[in-house]
Amino acid sequence: MTVESRSFAASNTSLALRAWNIRRKALLMGEVQGQGYIGQALGVADVLAASYFHALNYDPKDPEWEGRDRFLLSIGHYAIALYAVLMEAGILPEDELETYGMDDSRMPMSGMASYTPGMEITGGSLGHGLGIAVGMALGLKRKNSPAFVYNLMSDGELGEGSTWEAVMSGVQHKLDNLICLVDFNDQQADGKSTAALAQGDELAKWQAFGWHAQRVDGNDLDAVVAAFDTARASSHPGPRVIIFDTTMCKGVDFLETREITHFVRVEADEWAKALAVLEEGKPQ
Amino acid sequence: MTLASMTRKYEPRRLPEGPRVATTAMIASLAAEGYETVAAPFGHALVEAAKKDDKIVGLSADLAKYTDLHIFAQAMPDRFYQMGMAEQLLMSAAAGLAREGFNPFATTYAVFASRRAYDFIAMAIAEENLPVKIVCALPGLTTGYGPSHQATEDLAIFRGLPNMTVIDPCDADDIIGMVPQIAAHDGPVYSRLPRGKVPSVLTRHKPDYKFQLGKAQVIREGKDVLVISTGFMTMRALDAAEALARDGVDAAVLHVPTIKPLDTATILAEARKGGRLVVTAENHTVVGGLGEAVATTLMTNGVTPAFRMIGLPDQFLEAGALPTLHEMYGLTVDSITNRIKGWL
Repeated sequence: MTVESRSFAASNTSLALRAWNIRRKALLMGEVQGQGYIGQALGVADVLAASYFHALNYDPKDPEWEGRDRFLLSIGHYAIALYAVLMEAGILPEDELETYGMDDSRMPMSGMASYTPGMEITGGSLGHGLGIAVGMALGLKRKNSPAFVYNLMSDGELGEGSTWEAVMSGVQHKLDNLICLVDFNDQQADGKSTAALAQGDELAKWQAFGWHAQRVDGNDLDAVVAAFDTARASSHPGPRVIIFDTTMCKGVDFLETREITHFVRVEADEWAKALAVLEEGKPQ
Repeated sequence: MTLASMTRKYEPRRLPEGPRVATTAMIASLAAEGYETVAAPFGHALVEAAKKDDKIVGLSADLAKYTDLHIFAQAMPDRFYQMGMAEQLLMSAAAGLAREGFNPFATTYAVFASRRAYDFIAMAIAEENLPVKIVCALPGLTTGYGPSHQATEDLAIFRGLPNMTVIDPCDADDIIGMVPQIAAHDGPVYSRLPRGKVPSVLTRHKPDYKFQLGKAQVIREGKDVLVISTGFMTMRALDAAEALARDGVDAAVLHVPTIKPLDTATILAEARKGGRLVVTAENHTVVGGLGEAVATTLMTNGVTPAFRMIGLPDQFLEAGALPTLHEMYGLTVDSITNRIKGWL
């Protein structure tokens, strides 16, 4: 399969609908379990929509197809968001939605490779994804594969030293098949990420390490798509990073303004309200 | 916590009488006189295995020369990855290569794998049951550089990790036999590594000896004492058995190179034989290593011989010359011999 035979060729309008569907599925799963990393899922939905319906090569009928682009969810706690997009892509059946987080479910609360088709790694212990991505990118090069490795990580993982080991290695080994996606929502467990460790100028930092770096509004689908295209098409001889500035709980305004959004508290009667608010914003 | 309660070692101490021994270089030959040595057996064995398995790749975190992996790197440079001084990355990247179908051998020092990179080994490699082979130099007390380089608890750490096979080879014979077998093993392996000039011990005592993954083997028969040993302590136990024989004590030596999974059948069969004192011997803290593994096996199977453990104390060890430290912590042939005589 080549880039041209990508499973889903989508216009930006339909990408907006994909992102909306991802948000809706994530909210429905959150309602099933009464909790979940909803804020992250709503925030990163546009990036996931562009990943699975614009950038990635894959075969929904064969999640382990050798020619696929690899998509690593380093942030295991974002699993609810990935399950939503895997359902939207037809890799997971939608009727499993109501099993989210239940006993015997293929969709545990934190993402694990052995449970879920399409989940490439077991994330959750933060700072692992980019290093594994380096090894997979090396392996793909050994196999002369044209596939890309995408690693989705959070701004919180920029605090993990292992991330920067991988950053240096990606340049050392000229991994132009490695694309790192950073969801920069500036929220971690204890508050703002930028209040926990000095981030400096993130774009300049990655560039100084030798990466092709972009920073865009991660909730502006046109900008997100353009950034993916630029990252893939670049002739830069090393790895690429896109830092996406996203808004936690994007699309559900009364949740966006909650003070603590890392693990957002949604009261039992608020799920229906959240779905209704989302419904009002459904793209035409 | 007060400063006074810390373990301070900088009070002047009296120098020993007689010739002084300098702190041993990092590459320390453990061979006693009379043993032949083999240069870099791991590196050469890996090259041979890699000729037959084109999926084998080697990775190092700035210690290729000190883990004998430089032999492989020189012979097959396009299959060697220098990951830099970055042990977390070393393990993550090895996991990534394994996910793409390769058979990675990742080498560093035992302290750095067991302490610094543990989470990465646990989650990226062991939980996924990936066939990454982690082969680590300077195990236990094989350097005088102090606790920063002495991996005295690595066997305990990796024994506790599900899916992990754990090996403590004795000598060059074990390493040469082990490499193709772990290369063919479809799961994660942690092995300690004697490196540099490594003695050939086991075939001198038992000419038909061949390493078998997961198997314990009797190297020497004896009716008074059963020494169950691993790593280079099997060499010391064999030499101690010869010394004991001169005093009329007949000691058997059961070599257990695979710590996990433990060959409980052989250990139980030997421990059940005729009322022998059972002694374990290991180059590792007595907490959580071979001794405790054997004790658990015996107790849970109702086998209760007289039982003693030889191993390192539950302490951070001192820095100094390796022969001095082996004497201080009871790993020498004389110490083993004398303690066994005292226990009989």
